Amino acid sequence: MSEIVVDGEPLPYAEGQTVAAALVAAGRVAWRTTRVGHRPRGVFCGIGVCFDCLVTVDGARGQRACLVPARPGMTVTTLEDDDE
Amino acid sequence: MSEPADLVVVGAGPAGMAAAATALAGGLRVALLDSGTALGGQYWRHPPEHARAAVPTDDLHHGLDRYRALCGALAAHRTAGRLDLRLGHHAWSAVREGDGFAVHAVDRREAPPETAVVLRAARLLVATGAYDRQLPFPGWDLPGVLTAGGMQALLKGSGVAAGSRVALGGTGPFLLPVAAGLAARGVEVVAVCEAAHPRAWLRHPGPLLRNPDKWAEGAGYAATLVRHRVPVRPRTAIVAAEGDERVTSVRIASLAPDGSPRPGTERRVQVDAVGVGWGFAPQLDLLVPLGASLTDSADGNAVVAVDRGQRTTVPGLYAAGETCGVGGAALAVNEGRLAAASVLADARATPVPANRRLTALRSAVDRQRAFARAMALAHPVPPAWSSWLTDETVVCRCEEVTAGAIRTARADGAPDHRQIKQLTRAGMGWCQGRMCGPAVHCLTARRRAYEPAERLVATPVTLGALADLDEDPQVSAAPPVPATSAVTADSSETDKECP
Repeated sequence: MSEIVVDGEPLPYAEGQTVAAALVAAGRVAWRTTRVGHRPRGVFCGIGVCFDCLVTVDGARGQRACLVPARPGMTVTTLEDDDE
Repeated sequence: MSEPADLVVVGAGPAGMAAAATALAGGLRVALLDSGTALGGQYWRHPPEHARAAVPTDDLHHGLDRYRALCGALAAHRTAGRLDLRLGHHAWSAVREGDGFAVHAVDRREAPPETAVVLRAARLLVATGAYDRQLPFPGWDLPGVLTAGGMQALLKGSGVAAGSRVALGGTGPFLLPVAAGLAARGVEVVAVCEAAHPRAWLRHPGPLLRNPDKWAEGAGYAATLVRHRVPVRPRTAIVAAEGDERVTSVRIASLAPDGSPRPGTERRVQVDAVGVGWGFAPQLDLLVPLGASLTDSADGNAVVAVDRGQRTTVPGLYAAGETCGVGGAALAVNEGRLAAASVLADARATPVPANRRLTALRSAVDRQRAFARAMALAHPVPPAWSSWLTDETVVCRCEEVTAGAIRTARADGAPDHRQIKQLTRAGMGWCQGRMCGPAVHCLTARRRAYEPAERLVATPVTLGALADLDEDPQVSAAPPVPATSAVTADSSETDKECP
């Protein structure tokens, strides 16, 4: 197992998994809140269509976690107001 | 591959793989691009090549022999320098350029950094597939509620089950492989709620009898579900999801034939994840701006119009698979072959397949299309589904527009989803109406087929990647790009009315 760093904490993942899959495998279903109702959101469509699973990856905002393959040492920041 | 391609194929699912393999066999040089990290599209979704051992998912698949044969053929042509395979490439626009086409894409293999790529060829074949069609219900935006396809993608692509106690709902045979896959991975599937009734199939005996392979596949899923004691409940729907920070239960109700819940039948079931899907919506983003004519499909979607050889109404532009109407992988493969045969014929290249084989292929496509039509008619969106909605139910997940707001806009005279968008912002957010569009359409002008908004940018693209574009003056033929460095899926609406 390799690790990515999510909000400063190491998160193990299996080679080949996406960031979203690594988060779901770790039991996380929500990692963002919406702009208007501050509703919790995580992965919904899983194939890059819905934009619910947005995270910041290595400083780049607005990345769809379901499309980004996890890589060793990748830093992921959740809970930012990525919906702006 | 150093020389330019004769054909660009967008989408490396069953249709695109088959099309590319056939065109290559006929001697053409092909560029094949896909946003995924492996060949196969959503149907044969796999972990990337290097991770197959770490994430074994072969047992979740159907038709792997065909997949492997196509992979092998493509690999051989790649080695021979005739196939330019671009995985991890997201096409954001396709435009006419001179006598051919230019496909603009971003290479996201090292995402988040991305670089711009332009692939040019005299002919373009679009096989971009489809995504889950959704209908909103109270609580559908709670974390833990996923599309059925999203659950399948997590399972097939990453070996991850979205929950340990799952309810599935919606309509269509796709719910069965999702349930079977989850059950095979030890997930307790507490219910598969199918809004239709199997009896509806009996109205289509011809397509049923002529497609025995479909029934064999269905029987396989049924056996798996029986073995794992997964209950499949006909004419039943998940009418609400409940929870606070995540879904913890669903409410399930029996449906009257029109899709309205039968009073007194509702019950609550504890779950930690939910998968829903109401068929699929074709991904037409590259085809609509090119001017390809659309036509109505039996499932309520507008789809790209093609002739008997998969040619669209735009010369040099071909389409295969779900963009021509949702019908499954076997049909997509045959349409891909047919489309490539037309490309070869139009390019005056070596005919592949030979004429007699081509006739058989056309006949198979006709037979499979008839089955797809029967499937659409047997698994309709229930007419009264909106009776599940409360005024507070979120319909547009991105802009958080409620059913109440949409009903008010409709009462004020908005006739279709385009006007609803202008009045309420439903469809103006991140996903550009991909999730809520069919539902908003059903809430307004449901007697016409759902025709998606014209989106000039099919996937978000950064200004940084665009700045990488070469200075080739032909590139200026690209459509305008939204002026933001952040992710955007902006598009312009056309004023074109529904047919």
